[in-house]
Amino acid sequence: MFKHFLAVLNARNKEFTRDRSSLAWNILFPFLLVVGLSLAFSNDKRDRFKIGVYPAEHQQQAEFLELDYMRYLEIDDLEDATIKVSKHQLDMLLDLTANNYYVNDSAPNGYMLEQILVNSPGLNLSKQQVSGEDVRYVDWALPGILGMNLMFSCLFGVGYVIVRYRKNGVLKRLKATPLSAFSFLSAQVASRLLLSMSVTMIIYIGTKIFLNTTMNGSYALLLLVFVLGALSLISLSLLMSTRTSSEELAGGLLNLMVWPMMVLSGVWFSLEGAHPMLQKLSLIFPLTHVTTAARAIMIDSAGFIQILPNLLVLAVSTLVLLALAAFFFKWE
Amino acid sequence: MPNLIEVENLTKTYADTTAVDHISFNIPTGIVFGLLGPNGAGKTTTVEMLEGIKKPDTGSILYKGKALGKKFRREAGIMFQHTTLQDYITVREALQLFANLYPTQANIEQLIDDCALSEFLDQNTHKLSGGQLQRVLLAIALVNDPEIVFLDEPTTGLDPQARRNFWNLVERIKAKGKTVVLTTHYMDEAKVLCDHLLFMDHGKIIAQGSPTELLANQFSDVIIQIPLADLQLEQLPESFEAQVHDEYVEIKTASVNQALEELMQQDIDLQQMNIRSHNLDDLFLELTGHELRS
Repeated sequence: MFKHFLAVLNARNKEFTRDRSSLAWNILFPFLLVVGLSLAFSNDKRDRFKIGVYPAEHQQQAEFLELDYMRYLEIDDLEDATIKVSKHQLDMLLDLTANNYYVNDSAPNGYMLEQILVNSPGLNLSKQQVSGEDVRYVDWALPGILGMNLMFSCLFGVGYVIVRYRKNGVLKRLKATPLSAFSFLSAQVASRLLLSMSVTMIIYIGTKIFLNTTMNGSYALLLLVFVLGALSLISLSLLMSTRTSSEELAGGLLNLMVWPMMVLSGVWFSLEGAHPMLQKLSLIFPLTHVTTAARAIMIDSAGFIQILPNLLVLAVSTLVLLALAAFFFKWE
Repeated sequence: MPNLIEVENLTKTYADTTAVDHISFNIPTGIVFGLLGPNGAGKTTTVEMLEGIKKPDTGSILYKGKALGKKFRREAGIMFQHTTLQDYITVREALQLFANLYPTQANIEQLIDDCALSEFLDQNTHKLSGGQLQRVLLAIALVNDPEIVFLDEPTTGLDPQARRNFWNLVERIKAKGKTVVLTTHYMDEAKVLCDHLLFMDHGKIIAQGSPTELLANQFSDVIIQIPLADLQLEQLPESFEAQVHDEYVEIKTASVNQALEELMQQDIDLQQMNIRSHNLDDLFLELTGHELRS
């Protein structure tokens, strides 16, 4: 059986690496995207002031808490929010229980808000100084872009290929050999995992060299996140491809998976402050957990325990989706 | 000769259509077995059930006396009608890939020689011509040194020379003692290659036997063809069984001498006349009432 697995794995790897245009696109597209973003947002600064308010449920009434053009975020974890102020992800944090406010003196937005706050009636808060470097948008976006590239590679590189194999008779031909469905599917998974990890590493190294992107955490942990993320996405793709032989239908189904993840998985913007239902909905997507965990490692130097919930979701979803895919798979 | 395959009471239904309707037959070891029939006759469904690709609704298929299983998949070679190979792998790699899927392997270099693959061995499979691809698919069907080879319309779309070359390959497979199951729309191909023919229509077997037997059983007369330009239809004796075509008239007769004598008495020019025996096309028309369609 292992001989069968290796034979199919080898063939699939050759098929992918020899398709030069596709390979180039897989590497170049995300790299160009990161470079483009770094240029477009080199002077960064999203256009809103973000103010964290702790506790989330409070009865305080004040003019400063009802200003226009502000985004007020309900804060549950004061410590976590303070770190965000230090990294310029929050412009100001109000602790209404201890009557403190936190600003980062190196953040222009924080300075602006402080001027408004001290001149507003109704709130009498003490200043707490927080220091820390700004997180560039490119550093913030990179984990999401790597995750997004992984998503495209895994979903289209496995599901679409299997549907094409079924349509043009390759699967039928393989069915007529002693090759088992398990050997065939596991070879597809292994091949795509190997190739998507290689491409992700190339893109990461490229951005590190050319854009000096931030990495504060463990590389091993980051690799674990991407491996589990890739496995989860490949399994999702396998499940989609278990029956159909229509490339049009497969394309439609894949887009149905891709676009909600693109928008709701925190690749391009944070979902903090979004409707709670939307935030909960985003948790069903594997890409959300890849992006969240990778960002936590790369920017916040998160450890294994901190990202364990994301890892568990990715591992469990992989097992469930793979089991369903194996159950529903048909050669024809 | 022992039977390699025994088919008993095979049936397959799709929705309201019965594609294969309670058929039974045997395939002896070492012969080329031809399965013929028009589209919708049920021959592709039958072959796919024999190949283990489709499961029958009822009935049984035995290979060497046992139900189709792992042993059959190891010992069968299949060349499907519509199939391609993975993109971006070369012919040699495709052969190696499939060889690695079987416990027994044919001598690959010998296979390359037999199927004349050496000229495009390092070419990507998706860049092959129709004839080249057919030869590669045949080589893949033989890569496990099979006991039985299924060839589903293997020469459809090939030019006459490529078809002839393919026939030679099949003859060589047969010479090695392999059993071949061939489906084809070409009656000349069936005549040249097959030892035994099975005609199907509407999911049922309508005739089977060797080509010679079938023709002898069905026909006792011969056909005289005369160009229309060489006669007036009124000149033909009323007793003649004549059929008028676009450019000639066909007369069926059990006694050529007597028919020729009568034609000469009518002063018909026989210079361009042609006398032929019935062929498999005639047999098919006779059995099914319609032309073979691709």
